[in-house]
Amino acid sequence: MQLIQPQAIQTRIDDFVSEDLYIHLELTNGAYASHFDSSRAPGSVFISNAEIRYTNGSISGTGPYRVGLKTEKGWIYAEGLTHVDEQDNERLILAGHDSMGKLIVALQLSRSPF
Amino acid sequence: MNNKSMDHARILVVLPHPDDEAYFVSGTLAMYIAAGAEVTYACLTLGEMGRNMGVPLIANRTTLPAIRQAELEASCKAIGIQDLRMLGFHDKMIEFEDPALLDQRMESLVKELAPSLVITFYPGYSVHPDHDATGAAVIRTMARLPAAERPVVHSVAFSNGHQQRIGAADAVIDVTPFITVKINSILAHRTQFQEDKVLGSLKPTDAAIRSKYGTERFWTYRFPECKEQPEEAALCCN
Ligand SMILES: [Zn+2]
Repeated sequence: MQLIQPQAIQTRIDDFVSEDLYIHLELTNGAYASHFDSSRAPGSVFISNAEIRYTNGSISGTGPYRVGLKTEKGWIYAEGLTHVDEQDNERLILAGHDSMGKLIVALQLSRSPF
Repeated sequence: MNNKSMDHARILVVLPHPDDEAYFVSGTLAMYIAAGAEVTYACLTLGEMGRNMGVPLIANRTTLPAIRQAELEASCKAIGIQDLRMLGFHDKMIEFEDPALLDQRMESLVKELAPSLVITFYPGYSVHPDHDATGAAVIRTMARLPAAERPVVHSVAFSNGHQQRIGAADAVIDVTPFITVKINSILAHRTQFQEDKVLGSLKPTDAAIRSKYGTERFWTYRFPECKEQPEEAALCCN
């Protein structure tokens, strides 16, 4: 995983416009959040291999980055993205990690199921 | 500390995540294996939804399953586990799985292996929903067996305040003779545990590490005795 270079990500987002895609979208503060600190409310969601198509999308911010994808009937949004899998040229694998290296957010797009 | 009798020849370990074995039971398993036991470890998931991806990052959500599978295999090798079964369930989703499917997988393992000891999580006292759901599936399956055929079940509990509810562990194992095995098992999960955090500048055999990692605790699960409580028979027997 490498730190996000937003221009490169924008190109990848544009390449996927109007294609049938599978998305993995995830936000988590971890299953142990309230075990270690009772003042922390647990919160996490994920959806895997949902089928989507977007008409336009972009990456914004100065890092951590935000990505918004406009679908035919709504939106897909993720905030806190820091890293990209630079070795995966087929799929767009974006993730956001905290200062301890733990995953906070993932946004992944692929033409075939994950 | 009393190390319980080591006369278990066949042991079945049922845990949901790669690294559960390392942290909670690796020293105990190494002890039993040194005494000649055959251990089967049924690991329900690949921990593919874990948040730790290594420091520095060496994984992402998509590459994590294969990386954690290799870590699990390395951990089992360090412990000496002879038989690893990866059951292929989805991480974080055990509590939502069809209970009948989970129970059937547990039952077929028990029928095939006829273990004298089963090790799992104590349902309700194991913090992670996958831990609780895995323990619950094992306990449900064991409860259906006739008492005479039922293996001993040693369960792991660590939720906040668990001792107020279930008392102290009754099987407390001194694993310091196997501390190096345990540390090697933990460090095999290198996306999850970094050597500088586990050991600092110490060696596995140093006193501070022996005292931190040298004890594993189990609660022998008490199954309701159906014969004496006929009104509960429907709950616990079938
Ligand atoms: Zn676990």
